[in-house]
Amino acid sequence: MPKRQDIHKILVIGSGPIVIGQAAEFDYSGTQAALSLKEEGYSVVLVNSNPATIMTDSEIADKVYIEPLSLDFLEQILRKERPDAILPTLGGQTGLNLAKDLSEAGILDELHIELLGTKLSAIEEAEDREEFKELMERLHEPIPESVIATHLDEALEFADQYGYPVIVRPAYTLGGTGGGIAHNHQELAEIASNGLELSPVTQVLIERSIAGFKEIEFEVMRDAHDNALVVASMENFDPVGIHTGDSIVTAPVQTLSDREVQMMRDAALKIIRALKIEGGVNIQMALDPKSYNYYIIEVNPRVSRSSALASKATGYPIAKVSAKIAVGLTLDEIINPVTGTTKAEFEPALDYVVVKIPRWPFDKFVTADRHLGTQMKATGEVMAIGRNFEEGLLKAVRSLEIGVIGLDDMTFPDWSTEDLLDSLMPARDDRLFMLAELLRRGESIETLHKITKIDEFFLDKVAHLVEIEQDLKDHVGDADYLDYAKKNGFADQTIAKLWGWQSAQDVREFRKGQGITPVYKMVDTVAAEFESQTPYYYSTYEQENESIVSDRPSVLVLGSGPIRIGQGVEFDYATVHAVEAIQAAGYEAIIMNSNPETVSTDFSISDKLYFEPLTLEDVLNVTDLEKPMGVVVQFGGQTAINLAEPLAENGIKILGTSVENLNRAEDREAFDQVIKELNLPQPKGMTATTVDGALEAAQKIGYPVLIRPSYVLGGRAMEIVVDDHELKDYMQRAVKVSHDHPVLIDSYLIGQEAEVDVLSDGQTAVIPGIMEHIERAGIHSGDSMSVYPPQYLSEKVRKEIVDASINLAKALGTVGLMNVQFVIHEDKAYVIEVNPRASRTVPFISKVTHIPLAQLATRVMLGEKLADLGYKTGLAPEDDKVHVKAPIFSFTKLPAVDSLLGPEMKSTGEVMGSDTTLPKALYKAFIASNIQVPQYGNVLFTVADGDKEEALQLAQRFNDLGFSLYATAGTGQYLIDHGLPVEILDKIDESDNNPLQALRDQKLQVVVNTTQVDDRAEEDGQRIRAAAIENGVPLFTALDTVKAFLDVLESRSFTVNEL
Amino acid sequence: MKTKYLMLANGSVYKGQGFGADHDVMAELVFNTGMSGYQESITDLSYRGEMIVFTYPLIGNYGINRDDFESLHPAAAAIVVHEIARRPSNWRKMMSLPEWAEKNDLPGISGVDTRALTKELREEGAMKAALVDEVTDEAWERLAAFNKDTNMVADATTKTQYQSPNDGPSVALIDFGLKNSILRSLAKRGVNVMVFPSTVDAKTVVAANPDGVLLSNGPGDPADVDYAIPMIQELQEAVPLMAICMGHQLFAIANGATTYKMKYGHRGFNHAIRREGQDRLDFTSQNHGYAVDRDSLAGTNLEITHEEINDGTVEGLHLKDHDAFSVQFHPDAAPGPHDAEYLFDEFLKSIEENQKKGVTHA
Repeated sequence: MPKRQDIHKILVIGSGPIVIGQAAEFDYSGTQAALSLKEEGYSVVLVNSNPATIMTDSEIADKVYIEPLSLDFLEQILRKERPDAILPTLGGQTGLNLAKDLSEAGILDELHIELLGTKLSAIEEAEDREEFKELMERLHEPIPESVIATHLDEALEFADQYGYPVIVRPAYTLGGTGGGIAHNHQELAEIASNGLELSPVTQVLIERSIAGFKEIEFEVMRDAHDNALVVASMENFDPVGIHTGDSIVTAPVQTLSDREVQMMRDAALKIIRALKIEGGVNIQMALDPKSYNYYIIEVNPRVSRSSALASKATGYPIAKVSAKIAVGLTLDEIINPVTGTTKAEFEPALDYVVVKIPRWPFDKFVTADRHLGTQMKATGEVMAIGRNFEEGLLKAVRSLEIGVIGLDDMTFPDWSTEDLLDSLMPARDDRLFMLAELLRRGESIETLHKITKIDEFFLDKVAHLVEIEQDLKDHVGDADYLDYAKKNGFADQTIAKLWGWQSAQDVREFRKGQGITPVYKMVDTVAAEFESQTPYYYSTYEQENESIVSDRPSVLVLGSGPIRIGQGVEFDYATVHAVEAIQAAGYEAIIMNSNPETVSTDFSISDKLYFEPLTLEDVLNVTDLEKPMGVVVQFGGQTAINLAEPLAENGIKILGTSVENLNRAEDREAFDQVIKELNLPQPKGMTATTVDGALEAAQKIGYPVLIRPSYVLGGRAMEIVVDDHELKDYMQRAVKVSHDHPVLIDSYLIGQEAEVDVLSDGQTAVIPGIMEHIERAGIHSGDSMSVYPPQYLSEKVRKEIVDASINLAKALGTVGLMNVQFVIHEDKAYVIEVNPRASRTVPFISKVTHIPLAQLATRVMLGEKLADLGYKTGLAPEDDKVHVKAPIFSFTKLPAVDSLLGPEMKSTGEVMGSDTTLPKALYKAFIASNIQVPQYGNVLFTVADGDKEEALQLAQRFNDLGFSLYATAGTGQYLIDHGLPVEILDKIDESDNNPLQALRDQKLQVVVNTTQVDDRAEEDGQRIRAAAIENGVPLFTALDTVKAFLDVLESRSFTVNEL
Repeated sequence: MKTKYLMLANGSVYKGQGFGADHDVMAELVFNTGMSGYQESITDLSYRGEMIVFTYPLIGNYGINRDDFESLHPAAAAIVVHEIARRPSNWRKMMSLPEWAEKNDLPGISGVDTRALTKELREEGAMKAALVDEVTDEAWERLAAFNKDTNMVADATTKTQYQSPNDGPSVALIDFGLKNSILRSLAKRGVNVMVFPSTVDAKTVVAANPDGVLLSNGPGDPADVDYAIPMIQELQEAVPLMAICMGHQLFAIANGATTYKMKYGHRGFNHAIRREGQDRLDFTSQNHGYAVDRDSLAGTNLEITHEEINDGTVEGLHLKDHDAFSVQFHPDAAPGPHDAEYLFDEFLKSIEENQKKGVTHA
């Protein structure tokens, strides 16, 4: 069927901010979809609240709205744009839920807007537990015995009947939020009540546990002609019981005979046909490892994280094809973009093995519960491709960037074998390493299988790797064993360690001397059956290299690896822009990255994509082959910048700011020297390499001090400490201090923060805009609300910021980008941090100032001069609109993580609100952050002693607006003493009239909670915060944010005054 | 493990480790792109005289089981893989693939860059190859002199007529090297199957009084089986006829078309087929190195019912004014998708209707 001629304008809904369960994969799918629709000649309008995305670039769609993804704002956009249709299936659960809301509100009917792709009824059939159950029964497809409970009693009754454990799945929540496995009455009561709370329809599914079954996923496509096909089959290393987003996953399925594969394929196709999906669907199934019995677990009627993975794993661009199907094209009319000659109506054949490992935030959230279950906890993932499972697995392990290169880098030396065995179930994030260690200690595959139910096939792969470790140890310097180890994914660094050689470099030289070098194979969707042009490669140790180096000079861009706290989709944005600029400058642009969720790993973005780990060895292997004229490291976050020095040592040219200058910015002593030379104000700071040294330094500087390790990522292990006692505690708990790893101790100055990104070619230094933070110093810049242009900074401070930044850029020889952060203390701008690379604010500031920073930076690195490009040194003219960037957190997914903000970054994503005034922009930012902005209601104040004075003013303002005030004893008394009417709540353990109960009873609409720097662990506070998060009540842990919130409230209400 | 070499007629040599039976072998080298179903493929008699390269790199993952044989013994001459699973795992596993290969005289080689090899076959076409212990001048000479057996159907077909009894309609199944999956598909539908050797004459078949005839798949060049043509010509006039793979090619020849050898054939199950008059396409299980020449259909009574959507290969034919049709692919799957299984139902329906007709005319 040819594409539809009766529609012209299509609105694509994005997925909003990155949260656990909904990450960069939707930027990838949305971007692909928008481009795919444009390619077919449709006019595309895109809405997303997330400025850090490629899809919100003006080139991607005809019109881009960075507005809150709420019913009201969507309605306004629809009325203004009057699209003929909406494509809602590419924006994750957010997109689907919005489409549902729009339809239910009658707006779509009123405006005659059609929903493309999958019909709402199908979405409901797949997502509503009751309807899904009915559908499966109609199709005679088995699902685990279950009950839909709207009350706790129903849940408990079911478990009494069928026995524990049972699985709890709340309806319509992201990434399984609020779900879990309950092993007994008490656990069920806890999980189910929470799940009912979180479910927008107050519905949870209580299901018989089929934990231990093989977890199988099929990515399926269907078109209007009822053509249906399987793009990818995937098998989880971890059996049913762990959310697939938290499981190690391999493609294709490994342990299923064709009979089983076809049986499950039949079921998958039957389901997609029954739902009449037009587009892609993810179907999760559980297969009994001992019979043909299987169950359908879940059907996601939209593109998903799994479909992004399947697209990268097979080369088959699901989102792109889905968009074309949505406008009426059929699979046999769409060309397979990989081969360029065959049709999209085919099922990819792989001739390699793909392994995905999730990336968890537990390195940042040390207090979080590391156990895995039905609620997803990973922030991102890595994918690796090998010619066998072992190779894929080890490449994925070293792609994780968790300080581990091989399985032998995490050996649990302090754990007894018994402890390790006990820790296998329930699984933690590091179970893979535990398994390896247990096998190393002589435990059998059978034992491990019995405990974990992980298929022996997979356990044997781990055992194989452990055997190779031993073989290497027993055969130091033996080229045959080396070759075998390389074929199974071992890194040079691991081999060096096992051989007792000094460095990976020694192994590398020896290896190359023996002619053991990687080849690169193409990902072509057809297992070489047809000739393909895809420039998509992975390394392996085999015979034929397929990656042909072209005659054109090339530039290699290093991506930023998996999404994690502190390194999000922003860096992928910069990477993609760099590629565009490199191509425009006439070079071949080559990308290396390991993240399957991203736009940068879409093979159509670059001239060549190497899907590889971002370690020195893997990068050098690519540069050995490609011999690029230079490598771009500034856009890949800390991942790439950390590779600059070792790459340069290996004779690789780093484009832009020189390695020497990168080091001057990152090395504390060298940087202090620069600051001194420039005579810039800076908080007093010192470096210490011992605990005593740190104490001495802190006393000299004066408490409070800000303390952190030297090389940092997103403020890792950074804390504010107020006395010797806390400092000692920190030194023992948070860092291993040594000569190589000193700690930095800075005076903690109280004041607003501001930051700039500087674009420089060494002569001209352009500052596109100053971003002013709402929250004062002490809260990580990534967790602060940020405003452009600044609203409160004095002219003097602005000038200081601009001058200091320009001077720093020049002194540090910046060629490309640099980010400088300031604290404004007593109307003076102090430099607190410089990052000699693209920062997370690049997409935001580029979008609001219309200065394409990453592209310009790339051109500058390639030799162009900013003066020739029409830029002058100094601050660019300011926009007349106000833009607010607000952080988004995923605390609901990580219950044990304290939501109190501090110098450690905790947010996972960001949104933007723009409007003519600050309060309006703030309002949008709050709405986009899913923070309810109530007109009236009750506010709870519970603040630290030092904050009481300030809190009083805020409480007064709430009172003036007609809000009722609630407070804990100390705060309440203070407010009462100052003439405010307050209802005092008891301490949690004192009576039922306490904040926790009030939150559960929906009595509170806003919670303001601060703690003294020294009583952070104060228990009541933490419980109140957790309850606020659980109950979806806006929680503020910084008074500055409350101020902004009040600004919004006041701007939205008229004052009522008596005469 | 013993080092072995795979020598190709074009001069390429691949080194690897031997497994299974330890003897030299020469055959035509072809590749298969299925990611599962090695057991079915290895025992598929259509692979007789062929050495299979599996493009999926991990083979043997789920071992060998009791139920997935397409014939009792290995049909392929040898198998070439990238990696053999160390520890196969599946609840139905009886033994590992190498164990089974050793017991059943099937030589194999692993550790081969099967992707490089597949690309050679894609570029230069299926070619002769030898799996040997040593690369010697003599081995090259032997390979050059090697000619593929032209009598493979005779080896593959049943030597005697036999029955697979059931209560439904009776179908005469002419065995050119038939896959068990065809028997399974018929058994599932209650068909009373009478299997005849490929050399059977029409008279013998008709004497058995079948309600329909099914021509099976089989190995090699259909031209080598020209003796079956008169039998087919006669039977298609007598009862409804369905033909699969080799049977399809013979049916085409019997009705005036010709066949040709494809460059590297279709072996796998991700090829979609368009059926005339139907919007929906089907994914089909395929294993053929020969195909019906589209141009040769002009002037015959054959019409194309199915074609492959990428290269346009003729995948199905219907004989005008007859209850007779054929498909190049395997509606019986095994390995591969079940999308086209309904063709068996259509065949049985045509039998039923023909019988009704018979009743009215009587």
